[in-house]
Amino acid sequence: MKKTLVTMAVVASMGLGATAVQAQTLDAVKAKGFVQCGVTAGVPGMSQPDANNNWSGLEVDYCRAIAAAIFNDAQAVRFTPLTSQERFAALSAGEIDVLSRTTTWTMSRDTDLGISFTGVMYYDGQGFLVRKSDGIASALDLDGAAICIESGTTTELNAADYFASHNLDFNPVVFVDKPEVLKAYEDGRCDVLTSDASQLASDRTKFADPSEHVLLPEIISKEPLGPSVRSGDPQWFNIGRWVYYALLEAEELGVTQANVDEQLGSDNPSVRRLLGVEGEFGAPIGLTNDWAYRIVKLVGNYGETFDRNMGEGSPIGVPRGLNALWNQGGLQYSPPIR
Amino acid sequence: MAALDGASGNPPKTTFYNDPVIRGYIYQLLVAVLVIGFFTWIVINAAQNLAAQNKSTGFDFLGRTSGFSISFTLIPFDRTSYYWQAFVVGLLNTLLVAAIGIFFATILGFTIGIARLSSNWLVSRLATLYVEIIRNIPLLLQLFFWYFAVLKAMPAVRDSLALPFGSFLNQRGFFVPRPVWDERIVWMWLALAIVVVFCFVLRRWARRRLFETGRRFPVFLTALGGSILIALAVFLLSGATVSFDFPELQRFNFRGGLELPPEFVALAFGLSIYTAAFIAETVRGGIKAVSRGQTEAAESLGLKEGDRLRLVVLPQAMRVIVPPLTSQYLNLTKNSSLGAAIGYPELVNVFAGTTLNQTGKAIEVIGMTMLVYLTFSLLTSAFMNWYNGRVALVER
Repeated sequence: MKKTLVTMAVVASMGLGATAVQAQTLDAVKAKGFVQCGVTAGVPGMSQPDANNNWSGLEVDYCRAIAAAIFNDAQAVRFTPLTSQERFAALSAGEIDVLSRTTTWTMSRDTDLGISFTGVMYYDGQGFLVRKSDGIASALDLDGAAICIESGTTTELNAADYFASHNLDFNPVVFVDKPEVLKAYEDGRCDVLTSDASQLASDRTKFADPSEHVLLPEIISKEPLGPSVRSGDPQWFNIGRWVYYALLEAEELGVTQANVDEQLGSDNPSVRRLLGVEGEFGAPIGLTNDWAYRIVKLVGNYGETFDRNMGEGSPIGVPRGLNALWNQGGLQYSPPIR
Repeated sequence: MAALDGASGNPPKTTFYNDPVIRGYIYQLLVAVLVIGFFTWIVINAAQNLAAQNKSTGFDFLGRTSGFSISFTLIPFDRTSYYWQAFVVGLLNTLLVAAIGIFFATILGFTIGIARLSSNWLVSRLATLYVEIIRNIPLLLQLFFWYFAVLKAMPAVRDSLALPFGSFLNQRGFFVPRPVWDERIVWMWLALAIVVVFCFVLRRWARRRLFETGRRFPVFLTALGGSILIALAVFLLSGATVSFDFPELQRFNFRGGLELPPEFVALAFGLSIYTAAFIAETVRGGIKAVSRGQTEAAESLGLKEGDRLRLVVLPQAMRVIVPPLTSQYLNLTKNSSLGAAIGYPELVNVFAGTTLNQTGKAIEVIGMTMLVYLTFSLLTSAFMNWYNGRVALVER
């Protein structure tokens, strides 16, 4: 009911919040003094609040990077936890400026939903988590299984596709909120929990005994998870997109939070352009020339935030895999800043 | 009246804008223009914003393939079905749980309401306790409690509780054999229908005899016994056969038979329990509204306690009970939308949830969903008003 009310309110405000779309988002953000960022209600590694309501995670760091670029203050972000059902309406209605919430970039969402994806923060794929005691070795053994799913996700569609294409049957048990999905799986309502593999890894840490659950080897879909902004504001879209690229470019050039100050004196023209020592790359997106310097100084580069939140050093412990830079066997690639 | 008119004579002439009638029209027109203007502005504004965001609108999506599956459906549905079919699935699931919820909430509510007025101290205190506990806890919490309590209490699939007649109970639901009959079963249904009609005739006859001679006739027992015997006889004579589709344990769960998922059980149960507490209060209020003298009069006629309640008190109480009872039925139907939270695939879950998200057609989908609840509510209310008209005090 809460969800419906929110959705209805959002729909109503689509009518009322008229000026939100036409106005330049950057001006509005500057005027209010913070970036409003839509996140999950808690997926460790991606976006998760601690006991003091301090948010952390890979997707949170992206929002912080935007705030750093605009305000030179990585804390100038306010977070709105959204369910997968609420997220798009919240963005469309102007309740949030950026949606950075484990959202898969798909064609229909990019073209028909009034939103634009700015990049791929995390290359993911859908997997299956099962109880070790069930002795399931492959997703092909899952004929007739009950599967717990969060509603309004691409996951729901992929599962239907996968089982149909392998001529298997399954029983979807669909909940609006993630906590209920996890609880129903843990209580034994479902044999399988399905979601993006990164989320399964992070969900598993919430269970009483994580070692009782295993990920099946099959990855059944491409899930490029990325942030998005409202369509129709090219300047704000460019900020969103180039903040992401700056994070990548900084890692590629070896500019880190620790060495960014000495890198200001670097002889490498690429580094000099990134950090705003040379050239004019701030004005075209409405920011000061040192916007990328601020990002690295206050948040770090992509590799640093990945390691901190998702990587082997963190409790989630997923390998870089596809999310390594292009020159290290991964897919993360930034167009040159020049 | 005529004399009055004559006495007042012609009203003094006023300017037209001081004429209360014309003034009334002007204000009404003004309000109408403002309201229409406001809504037009909302619609135009929304359309402009959607266009600015490059977002398509319209109801074309209803004819597109849905791409998802639904676990509990009354009509066939799979990933190749259309969005409008998802709408129908959600609609039927909502109707089903609402109808069953209303049925049980009514029975339970009347029982508790009457129990609260019982002269038995224990019975009335227990009823009070029930009402005060249930109606003071938010429904959503109760649903979570019932759902997860139901799940926790049930055995795992491999340790399913085997019940008589090849039924099974486990965490995935309650499984019973599904009867499969041939077409000769028609004769039995036909016979049963005739018997039911005959029962109504019997009832009228019994009532007339009661009024004329004062002798009672056990209509209910006769009707029940008679219909069972006759239906059975016709079934055997027609030579119809019935086989059963038994649920069988597969690798993950039982297949075949009829299945009642725990989400449905928890939602129907939770809604009935919750609404019953409110109905009980309505019933108590209704009975209290009937003057004590009515009971005393019935007592002096020598009516037994059950008859006093059934024939004298309740019919009068119904006049007070029906309007608030209607509200409770409406609440129950609308509250069934909370089923989305515990995974029951009703309208809000399937349509305003999954469909909205996969299509992004927020305005259309939410509009249709609101229209459905509005229609349900208006229909229920129309029916209850008709019933209220029937039980209302007939003034002569």
